[in-house]
Amino acid sequence: MPPFGNPQLKLLEKLCNVISISGDEGEVRKIVLEEIKPYADEVRVDALGNVLATRQGRTRNGAKRTRVMLDAHMDEVGLMIVADEGEGIYRFETVGGIDVRHLIGKPIYIWKTRTPGVIGGKPIHLMDAGERKHKVPVDGLRIDLGPAGKAKVGDCAGFATKFRRVGPSIMSKSIDDRIGVATVIDLLKHAPSNVDICAAFTVQEEIGLRGAQVAAQYFNPDMAIAIDATPAHDLPVHDGGENMTYNTKLGLGPAIYIADGSTLHDPRLFRFLQETAEADGIPYQLRQPGGGGTDSGAIQSALAGIPTVSVSVPHRYTHSPVSISRVDDWKNTLALLHAALKRIKPALIAGR
Amino acid sequence: MPDILSFLKSIISVSGISGHEAPVASLIKDKWRPLVNEVTTSRVGSLHGFKKGSGKSPRPSVMIATHMDAIGMRVSKIVDGFLHITRVGGIDVRVLPGAQVTVHADSGDELPGVIAMPSAKLLPESEGSDVLGIEYLLVDTGLLPREVEKKVRVGDLVSFANEPMELAGDVISGHTLDNRASVAALTVCLEELQDKQHVWDVWAVATVQEETSYLGAYTSAFALRPQIAIAVDGTFAKGPGAGGWQTYPMGKGVGVCMGPNMHPFLHTQLTELADKLEIPWFLDVTTSHSGTDAYPMQVSAEGIPTALVEFPLRYMHTPVESVSIKDIQRAGRLLAAFIAGLEADFVDRIRWDD
Repeated sequence: MPPFGNPQLKLLEKLCNVISISGDEGEVRKIVLEEIKPYADEVRVDALGNVLATRQGRTRNGAKRTRVMLDAHMDEVGLMIVADEGEGIYRFETVGGIDVRHLIGKPIYIWKTRTPGVIGGKPIHLMDAGERKHKVPVDGLRIDLGPAGKAKVGDCAGFATKFRRVGPSIMSKSIDDRIGVATVIDLLKHAPSNVDICAAFTVQEEIGLRGAQVAAQYFNPDMAIAIDATPAHDLPVHDGGENMTYNTKLGLGPAIYIADGSTLHDPRLFRFLQETAEADGIPYQLRQPGGGGTDSGAIQSALAGIPTVSVSVPHRYTHSPVSISRVDDWKNTLALLHAALKRIKPALIAGR
Repeated sequence: MPDILSFLKSIISVSGISGHEAPVASLIKDKWRPLVNEVTTSRVGSLHGFKKGSGKSPRPSVMIATHMDAIGMRVSKIVDGFLHITRVGGIDVRVLPGAQVTVHADSGDELPGVIAMPSAKLLPESEGSDVLGIEYLLVDTGLLPREVEKKVRVGDLVSFANEPMELAGDVISGHTLDNRASVAALTVCLEELQDKQHVWDVWAVATVQEETSYLGAYTSAFALRPQIAIAVDGTFAKGPGAGGWQTYPMGKGVGVCMGPNMHPFLHTQLTELADKLEIPWFLDVTTSHSGTDAYPMQVSAEGIPTALVEFPLRYMHTPVESVSIKDIQRAGRLLAAFIAGLEADFVDRIRWDD
């Protein structure tokens, strides 16, 4: 594995600190293009805004190389201004799955214009006891940019949370899925020669895996690995009972998928990843099979079908103003994927 | 950036939860020291800035009270490295999920954290999709459980940690503007008084524990025995979620409150002065207890004639409280002009209008 440390974490910080809501991914796209240009043979931005890069391997005597699609989505959940009520007050809707209980009382940015704002709430003093117990629906909330504040209908906003490192952890609004983007950049930079890399930095995952679908159709790869962040619900149960629905746990390493809400992952690939981890002594965990999903859902069913697996970095508090991941889980995710790429041979997916 | 804005930003960037006001008190003390003759600390931690009047001894005195404490939270239990919390003051539990906080650990460490909402499957069936009770929320510091156990104790304070934001149109937003914005207004008043004569002695007071028991105002009013007292605090600004009769436009002037908690004579004096100075003001009314330091001061000792000057504040008791800097400056100017206008016999002229 190439050395892991500050350069990767600095890049992740840069990626996490911009706001890039589904359909408005320009800020991340800019960073990705800058980072990958020196390492890719070909880079294009497609009709939806995906960044699609290829890096050819080199094999002796023209031996066949597996075309491996590495996927991570550039977008994050957020807000979109939908109406101007005057004096800096704006109505908004959510873009992607945000729990409305995370919105009230939070600072935000209209990122394009770097305009700060807040989502306020009625003072507790003016509410009766019943009102205090109920969440405020989105149409009861407003973005307040201050009396001279200006935004346009259609502008996107995101949480004003800065990336930080704390002890063994990182905290950010958009670990989902900048950690995947940073991972694919790192894999592309240090790609082994036995495979051809098709790196897809996709758009609009949070609103329906749209970028991944056309990216897979463009690349037509032999196999694909979707790299994302998956929820860790590893908190105590209210009554002290055993937590049976943790999905993943922080600190146990990369989460390998077997099945989620949209994909039954390719058994050849998830077994291969487990064998690789065990052979190299890299910690890993199996994500609890269940709902949810990643770009793999769109990639697996594209074209005539593409053998696909997902690997995610566990993170707590998905789609909220602050998510938390462990640095070591990311490091081990990178270690696993670097090791796996080196071992991929055409036989891996020949026949089933 | 006006000097007062940078001071206000600095005092909302430190903690000072009710009962633990020392971090903010030290910043205020440093700011006030050159503006007054002496700054002392009361038995319960309130700051007393004394500015000597030019009148003959014994001089009457006016006390201006601005509370420096903040609402917040406290660790109530530690489970697997996660912190359960309880309220200090009137915390609105609806704004807590996803809020950035600082845990002021017993070890001396300031640990950044976030308030987490456990997923529905980890909660009783009755909870889940609506506002969760504070007993179900957890603070996550990102540290491993053994590190948390080493550093944090039950009782440790937890404060909001989002950074102040300047919004377009002279508005500042952040946590604890209730009532650090009043401390800033009183500071503007002291600055204005630097080149004004005033006959009366002035007690600039930053009180403690207003949000929980009014401890600071009760005890300082008793100890200082001013002839008159004025509290400065936020009132409700009109804005999203708040539009009733109790709400006033932000940035359009200061409030002068009326009702049983206030002395009508002081109210008239303040509003006539505001008119004279062309400081825009609005009449706020309160039917009983104003919910500010004006109440404890009014009933201290033998009773003190009391007034309340206010500025409209949006989203009170959330981490994104917002105020207009202009209103803060107006409140400060009005207070300074009032103090400078107090004549030696003002107390004798206080009359009931009946």
